[in-house]
Amino acid sequence: MNRELWEGNQAIAEAAVRGGLEAYFGYPITPQTELLEYLSKRMPELGRAFVQAESELAAINMVYGAATAGARTMTSSSSPGVSLMQEGLSYIAGSEVPCVIVDMMRGGPGLGNISPGQADYNQLVRGGGHGDYHSLVLAPSTIQEAVTLTYNAFDLAEKYRGIVVIAADGNIGQMMEPVVMPPMRQIGHADRGWELSGAAGRPRRIISSIGLDPEVMERINARLQARYREIEANEVRFAERQTEDADLLVVAFGSAARIAQTAIREARARGIRVGLFRPITLWPFPYQRLAELAQRIPRLLVVEMNAGQMLNDVRLAVGPQAVVSFYGRTGGQVPMPEEILAQIGGMAPTPSTNGARAIALL
Amino acid sequence: MLAETMTVVYERPETLLPVVSHYCPGCSHGIIHRLVAEVIDELGVREQTIGVASVGCSVFSYNYLDYDFAQAPHGRAPAMATGIKRYRPNHVVFTYQGDGDLASIGAAEIIHAAARGENITVIFVNNAVFGMTGGQMAPTTLPHMKTTSSPQGRDVATMGFPIRVSEMLATLDGPAYIVRRAVSDPATINRTKKAIRTAFQAQLHGLGFSMVEILAACPINWDMQPEDALQHIKNAMIPYYPLGDYKVIDAVKALA
Ligand SMILES: Cc1ncc(C[n+]2csc(CCOP(=O)(O)OP(=O)(O)O)c2C)c(N)n1
Ligand code: SF4
Repeated sequence: MNRELWEGNQAIAEAAVRGGLEAYFGYPITPQTELLEYLSKRMPELGRAFVQAESELAAINMVYGAATAGARTMTSSSSPGVSLMQEGLSYIAGSEVPCVIVDMMRGGPGLGNISPGQADYNQLVRGGGHGDYHSLVLAPSTIQEAVTLTYNAFDLAEKYRGIVVIAADGNIGQMMEPVVMPPMRQIGHADRGWELSGAAGRPRRIISSIGLDPEVMERINARLQARYREIEANEVRFAERQTEDADLLVVAFGSAARIAQTAIREARARGIRVGLFRPITLWPFPYQRLAELAQRIPRLLVVEMNAGQMLNDVRLAVGPQAVVSFYGRTGGQVPMPEEILAQIGGMAPTPSTNGARAIALL
Repeated sequence: MLAETMTVVYERPETLLPVVSHYCPGCSHGIIHRLVAEVIDELGVREQTIGVASVGCSVFSYNYLDYDFAQAPHGRAPAMATGIKRYRPNHVVFTYQGDGDLASIGAAEIIHAAARGENITVIFVNNAVFGMTGGQMAPTTLPHMKTTSSPQGRDVATMGFPIRVSEMLATLDGPAYIVRRAVSDPATINRTKKAIRTAFQAQLHGLGFSMVEILAACPINWDMQPEDALQHIKNAMIPYYPLGDYKVIDAVKALA
């Protein structure tokens, strides 16, 4: 296997291509633009569809169209652009077609800045647009993991006929790391039984998210909810490190988890037994495993690059018995390992910060 | 005896489904659906056609037109059609949009689909109001025209001027075929059908973006009897929105 140095955005783009991406639509926004630029060359080279859309609103609706036609399709953006896509995402969820979205999160709210952030968590895991729906949200913490998750995202989207989000941030998007690229998949597929391909030799098909009759609409919702329960049963993913002997558990995702890992190494060197729990699926969230761990390790430190969004899911998981502290940086600021270490030091060995919630106020 | 001498002079197009219409009496959508169905039948392309319905009274156009259909968010049909067409370039892809959908909330999407010369066909039904939501002012509402959201009549000083979409899009280099027609009497209906046919033929020949704007009646929201509404198209709409060919590239002319 060949290890090559890849920039995160470009690596994700190539992984999508190799995973079978047939139609890409996007709009430039930092820190995601290299992904679009890469595909503007790569897709036409392979005879696949690429359009730079007039807006993220148009991009997501082009994705929606291509998805109804049966394409493996994707768009990518960063926080403000993903906000603009929420209407389309709700329609895509409501009409049960598959697609993949990449969100290279940045500092917000508003125009914010182009530095890395994780503050789209709530928008991504709670649905984001109107109505009761979920996207399957995957949070890579290395470029290799982003590549693997993207490569397999289309299969997941098609299996559940829904949206898969790669939730990363500017760190992952713009740094470089060695990566082993997966092999190129063949594109093309047999008729999936629902896609719009022209009603040749079969009754016509309609793909719509409308259900004027509330009884009909409730049945559609029931079907969606049943599928979400299935996803919750099958797709929960997480990573654990050094949890066996830990008496303090750091919970973090994406690049915050990487930084936390550095802090944990240092803490261990000082004799503080800290473990890491890293959700890979932000939705479905690994509630059950975290609850089990919290039985044994009832002191937790949640670290995020936001003001405490996953924190709520952690609290839901562990219940009121556990002591949950929080450390977050916002607005595109990235926490330093020393800052996390200081928080760890404050909690261990005896809990001195009973459920403290610290957000750097600068 | 009698039966043997009868000839069929009028029948339902094959791809227009035999269902009860939900449109109001005198609404033009029914006529326009029929014209689309006749053209698709005559071109023999039903099995490669994919329609994109928009948000408006015609959201249920797929209940009448027997093709594969997607239903777009309000205004986004040209973007959806782009996604479909780019993935299935050999299919016949069309949008069916009202004037609120196309000229208001979807103004960006239609301009850019046209500018890209996206090889799709747009059936643009201009009835000068938001029909579905109960007759509010649209970007196409005529000056002084009363609507439920311009009860004193459209005051251009505060509400702006109507948009002549065909003229505007015809300034772009992307489109192959842009014309305005009406469905106010049999003669205009016939000309509309011919235009729809040309628009689809342009697409079949890969010539680029084609749009037929059709001045249409919404008697309910115009508060008129169906016949008066047809007169209103002639007397009020056509003077502001002249019928005509706004862009016909040579390759389309050569089709005729
Ligand atoms: C995002 C969004 N905004 C508003 C609406 C409400 N809405 C439904 S139809 C419509 C206007 C449709 O008017 P037009 O396109 O002219 O079609 P007509 O009904 O006249 O045929 C509006 C505003 C909506 N469905 N979605
Ligand atoms: S409201 Fe107007 S556009 Fe809608 S169905 Fe009735 S007449 Fe037709």
